[in-house]
Amino acid sequence: MSDFVNGFWSVYVTLITLVSVVGCGVFLWVQSKAKATAASADQVKTMGHVWDGDLEEYNNPLPRWWSWLFYITVVFALSYLAAYPGLGTYKGAFGWTSKGEYEDEMQQAEAKYAPIFAKFAQQDIKAVAADPEARKMGERLFLTYCAQCHGSDARGGKGFPNLTDNDWLYGGEPEQIKQSIMEGRQGVMPPHAHLGAETVKDLANYVRSLSPDKLAYDSARATRGKEAFNTVGCAGCHGPDAKGMTAVGAPNLTDSIWLYGSPESVLIETIGKGRSNKMPAHKDFLGEAKIHLLAAYVYGLSQGGTAQK
Amino acid sequence: MDNQATYNYKVVRQFAVMTVVWGIVGMLVGVIIAAQLVWPDLNVHEWLSYGRLRPLHTNAVIFAFGGCALFATSYYVVQRTSHTPLFAPGLAAFTFWGWQLVIVLAAVTLPLGITSSKEYAELEWPIDILITLVWVSYAVVFFGTIVKRKVPHIYVANWFYGGYILTVALLHLVNSCAIPVTLTKSYSCYAGVQDAMVQWWYGHNAVGFILTAGFLGMMYYFVPKQAGRPVYSYRLSVVHFWALIFTYMWAGPHHLHYTALPDWTQSVGMVFSLILLAPSWGGMINGIMTMSGAWHKLRDDPILKFLITSLSFYGMSTFEGPMMSIKTVNALSHYTDWTIGHVHSGALGWVAFISIGSIYYLIPRLFGREQMHSVKLMTVHFWVATIGVVLYISSMWIAGVMQGLMWRATNPDGTLTYAFVESVKSTYPFWTIRFLGGLMFLVGMLLMAWNVWKTVAGQKPYDAPVLAPAGQHA
Repeated sequence: MSDFVNGFWSVYVTLITLVSVVGCGVFLWVQSKAKATAASADQVKTMGHVWDGDLEEYNNPLPRWWSWLFYITVVFALSYLAAYPGLGTYKGAFGWTSKGEYEDEMQQAEAKYAPIFAKFAQQDIKAVAADPEARKMGERLFLTYCAQCHGSDARGGKGFPNLTDNDWLYGGEPEQIKQSIMEGRQGVMPPHAHLGAETVKDLANYVRSLSPDKLAYDSARATRGKEAFNTVGCAGCHGPDAKGMTAVGAPNLTDSIWLYGSPESVLIETIGKGRSNKMPAHKDFLGEAKIHLLAAYVYGLSQGGTAQK
Repeated sequence: MDNQATYNYKVVRQFAVMTVVWGIVGMLVGVIIAAQLVWPDLNVHEWLSYGRLRPLHTNAVIFAFGGCALFATSYYVVQRTSHTPLFAPGLAAFTFWGWQLVIVLAAVTLPLGITSSKEYAELEWPIDILITLVWVSYAVVFFGTIVKRKVPHIYVANWFYGGYILTVALLHLVNSCAIPVTLTKSYSCYAGVQDAMVQWWYGHNAVGFILTAGFLGMMYYFVPKQAGRPVYSYRLSVVHFWALIFTYMWAGPHHLHYTALPDWTQSVGMVFSLILLAPSWGGMINGIMTMSGAWHKLRDDPILKFLITSLSFYGMSTFEGPMMSIKTVNALSHYTDWTIGHVHSGALGWVAFISIGSIYYLIPRLFGREQMHSVKLMTVHFWVATIGVVLYISSMWIAGVMQGLMWRATNPDGTLTYAFVESVKSTYPFWTIRFLGGLMFLVGMLLMAWNVWKTVAGQKPYDAPVLAPAGQHA
């Protein structure tokens, strides 16, 4: 792939760059030659112009060290442009490219680190979760790639599941966790505003009545809500007992865990407007070996392992 | 022009006073966002959130504070060194009111989130058009005054002012090219990496032509004036002027090292950034060497203290800049607070110091007084500001290098040693020091405001008579 649409531009860039770099040096050289005529013997004279009463100029020669500094940068520029890509399509004597450097580094890293991860990739996730060294590696990966959403303590936040509570939207078996990280998850609660504000409010009260947290609710509304729950389609995903369904990522409504919160107003929003949530797929980004370790780390957290505070 | 005529000091006075006012506003916003980094709870409202205030800070200090300082001094210098009042005084008045309107509009739209999202060029298209009108008027006034000068030679300060005025017009027009959608929203004419390249061609030359060439113009007048010595070398000023304005144009790509910008463009940007070192230093040498024979004046002249210290910071940042443009160094420094430290060693140490020195020179002369109300307070201002700058830049250097090293540290298994948030946590102490440094600089500006007030209050505006040219050789 070329950076230029046709050959002219490469020549243009090469010429204008070289002329400019060399021009800087030539300009300095010509101007240094001119100094002999200006500076006289021991008495430094001004240029003979006066502005604004007393503004004058001496014409001291260019400081020698400064001129050398200037020349050195010009010489460096030319050498650099000979060695590295800079003059149009000319590749430079070293044949260096940023893409090549990146690929080299990645290859070296792969050669150096892949065996370390491969060792664990062979093992069962539960076994990896029990290995202190693997847990340490998993934690570092988690802090780099997962903590932005799930928190460095893995306790999540609004819309981001807590990974330490052993409550799972998509299942907490090691392979299910690994699947969640590899392929990602797309959580969708469809909007139900079409049921009418009253029914949505009834449903919200019913859902609150299910919680073991003894949340306040209107029992008449909860009764009507229970009826609606079974007739308008809620049970289809959340199950007739409202205990959820990991196959579709529908949460259990009878526990005290709330992804978006339990206040009536929040539940009305959740039911009325629906929710859409996404866990991105990491398969192509991290590769299976690292995800294996991450899955083990997350599994370990739910089994009483501790995350960084 | 007969001897009764006076220079047009009115517009100079207006800009000089507003330099102090906008300096305080811009630096106050800077101190607020510095505090927000230390105490994130200070992001109390979306209008006052970090993301909205940060562009307000940069625009206010560069274009309101720096801009007013450049308008004030260039109008003062060009008339006095041309021995003639400003050309087109009506247009000059328009540049003042137009520029103030631009600033006020910026102060309203940026907190509201109205932005083109181009760094240092965030203002939306209607304001961009107003800027263009003001700038063209500025050029007419400035070059018109040069044309009707009463002396054959154009003084060196005017080359730099002229270069800055012409180039900023070019930069602004090219980079702000956009397709309007509504009154408050437009889309850039460029896309992808070309947009990034145009943006940093603009961004780096905003540094080069506003913050370097413009303020070198200031230096070439106020340093020899205050030192009472001739400029060290005419030859050096010729060489470094042409080399500087020529080379700066190429340096923008160093802002895009290790990005989608083609490798050849990055290389060209890097080598010209290095060539830029000597031309930049030419200005420092010429300024500092002008002091030879007058160094004793530094002891009790706070204006000279500001001017000469500004040149030291100028020399430091123009050395640091080329070093940071080297790819290997940039790989460590880019995206860290080192960049912030570098920018502020230039913006506070060079730009603000030389402006403060020049404004202290101007204010008494514009109001018919010998000297500022309190010379002692100017000295206090100098020391408070100097300590502030040193705290600011040294904390950001340390923080930047620390961040760069933390981000690249890896464990034996190839995983990162530090999560990003750990580098944030480790930076808090340095952000606190930076906040204190910035606060000190702001306090210095408040001392200046009080001093200016005491100097000006009750004084009649004074317009000096036009000086007849003297001692000219044909």
